[in-house]
Amino acid sequence: METDLIKKRLNYKQLDRIFSHFIMISVLIVILFPMLYAIIVSTQTLREYFQFPPRLTPGSGAAANYHEAWTSANLGRLLLNSFAISISVALGKIILSMFAAFAFVFYDFRGKNVFFIIVMITQMLPLPVRIVPSYGLMSSLGWVNTYWALTIPFFASATGTLLFRQLYLTIPSSFVDAALVDGASPLKFLWHVALPISKTNISALFLIEFIFIWNQYLWPLIVANADSTRVIQIGLKSLIDTDAAVNWNVVMAGTVFAMIPPLIVLIIFQSSLIKGLSLSSNK
Amino acid sequence: MAEVELRNVSKIYEKNSFKAAEDIDLKIEDREFVVLVGPSGCGKTTTLRMIAGLEEITEGELLIDGKVVNDIPPKDRDIAMVFQNYALYPHMSVYDNMSFGLRMRKFSKEEIDKRVREAAAILGIEEYLDRKPKALSGGQRQRVAVGRAIVRKPKVFLFDEPLSNLDAKLRVQMRAELSRLHNQLEATMIYVTHDQIEAMTMADRIVVMNKGLIQQIGEPLELYNNPANKFVAGFIGSPPMNFIEAEIRGSAGGWFIETETLKITIPDYAAGNGRKSICYGIRPESLTIKNPLPGESFIKGVVDVVEPLGDETHIYINSGSIKLLARISSDLKMHTGDKINMVPEPRKASFFDTETGEAVIP
Repeated sequence: METDLIKKRLNYKQLDRIFSHFIMISVLIVILFPMLYAIIVSTQTLREYFQFPPRLTPGSGAAANYHEAWTSANLGRLLLNSFAISISVALGKIILSMFAAFAFVFYDFRGKNVFFIIVMITQMLPLPVRIVPSYGLMSSLGWVNTYWALTIPFFASATGTLLFRQLYLTIPSSFVDAALVDGASPLKFLWHVALPISKTNISALFLIEFIFIWNQYLWPLIVANADSTRVIQIGLKSLIDTDAAVNWNVVMAGTVFAMIPPLIVLIIFQSSLIKGLSLSSNK
Repeated sequence: MAEVELRNVSKIYEKNSFKAAEDIDLKIEDREFVVLVGPSGCGKTTTLRMIAGLEEITEGELLIDGKVVNDIPPKDRDIAMVFQNYALYPHMSVYDNMSFGLRMRKFSKEEIDKRVREAAAILGIEEYLDRKPKALSGGQRQRVAVGRAIVRKPKVFLFDEPLSNLDAKLRVQMRAELSRLHNQLEATMIYVTHDQIEAMTMADRIVVMNKGLIQQIGEPLELYNNPANKFVAGFIGSPPMNFIEAEIRGSAGGWFIETETLKITIPDYAAGNGRKSICYGIRPESLTIKNPLPGESFIKGVVDVVEPLGDETHIYINSGSIKLLARISSDLKMHTGDKINMVPEPRKASFFDTETGEAVIP
């Protein structure tokens, strides 16, 4: 009787596992397939690519495709541009929103809550809505086709401010008191206490913002489409915009190049992110 | 030398004109251990924070070492504070936590190291210097928090309910340790707590506060034996004093209060001045179970609850509608429902005005 029950429970457990694995694997396939297919296509010659039924195995054109993608679209420069811009924006956002949150939490000033709401409202207006006035501003500043236009407008971050504010609200007020008694100035408190506590947040924000800026398309297309400031996502488009038939294998090779930097950032910060998360749950 | 003097200090919050502390007039002598005690919201922590400089003083003057420090920031007041939740930075080692204040003040590395090791030796936490706070027990964290104050060698130590996060056993132990530390460091210490036992056991002088006002200042036994008012009488001492409020009867030389179950003689000084009623206070240990001699005060009652503590027994008694508590020897076997006679020790009685609550003294 009892053993039956245990067996039943065991079966239920196994079923549960099979079911959840089934779901996880299907989701993974849905997400991974386009990426894998892009990688596979990037290794095929045009002939192999146009075969019917489509080939799902790597082909023999990898070297040629990657070489062509790299040279014809000047990918090296584009990747460097994107990388520099993404890093600056991510860092700028982190620094600025950390200071903003610090002020919102640890200082008392008139209209504090109103200002905070205003900051949050900026989050509600997506770029396409404000793209015309934004472009106007860039043009009157003379920033069109400069790196300034690609970085500075993104430094302000409602998400980041909110993220840091919520974290700083959890810092006990006695930490601030202790720092005051110990003679730590606000900046020293930020540097010695708030910053180390923010490590996890910083990693998370860096990761999110780096990838967000890396994937920007509309804004760079409009505001900085000169050769010197062009970013990778626009450059990839130029591989498609040919008069002749599109060489999808070459486009995919370019795409694979474009995937690598965010992947590296993800791998680096994912580990510290998980570490940070597990630390906070251990408290 | 470090005296702290509060001259008519008040804290009034602008928003709702709430008076968190009112007219605090207090002089703390050099090397004195003064405990501010009172129920939560009585203004004791506000007062401490005003001394620390963490709370602005609305009215009055605060002097440290004879110098007005109202407008001097906390870091320049030469004070150190120990917080209830210890306020140890979680990402720093014990060593870094203890040396933080010195580093902020740009002390030399050698001096910092010397002071941290000295303090660690005093507190017995040398082996934990490399650990993070989360790897320490509550008592160890408490020691680190104290150590962080010691290394600064301040004029005045401020403690804000430092023991309330510890379990009962550890609290008793740390209490003794802090007293020892006070003797060893010969420093002025101001200590805030809601626990009157901590106040009684550690203080040179106790300041009892309620509703933002100082109720009484005095040495522990002085407060215990001669409370200035009913609040102090009820707050100091555990279990608390029994109060009986009743109409005064009789005439000069023979005043008494009487109900169906008790009759207690009242001295002339307490009954005089045309006073109609009185609040009679008697501590639980001043009630003796015995049959009264003719003419002696007595309280009759029924035992309600018996709490044997080992060394003594607390019994809760219903005397008519009046509830009393008595501390008796554990040799006396008592049971719920027992009918008993008690005689109060006349010299140990306190009397309070029924309207103002002020003590009536000869």
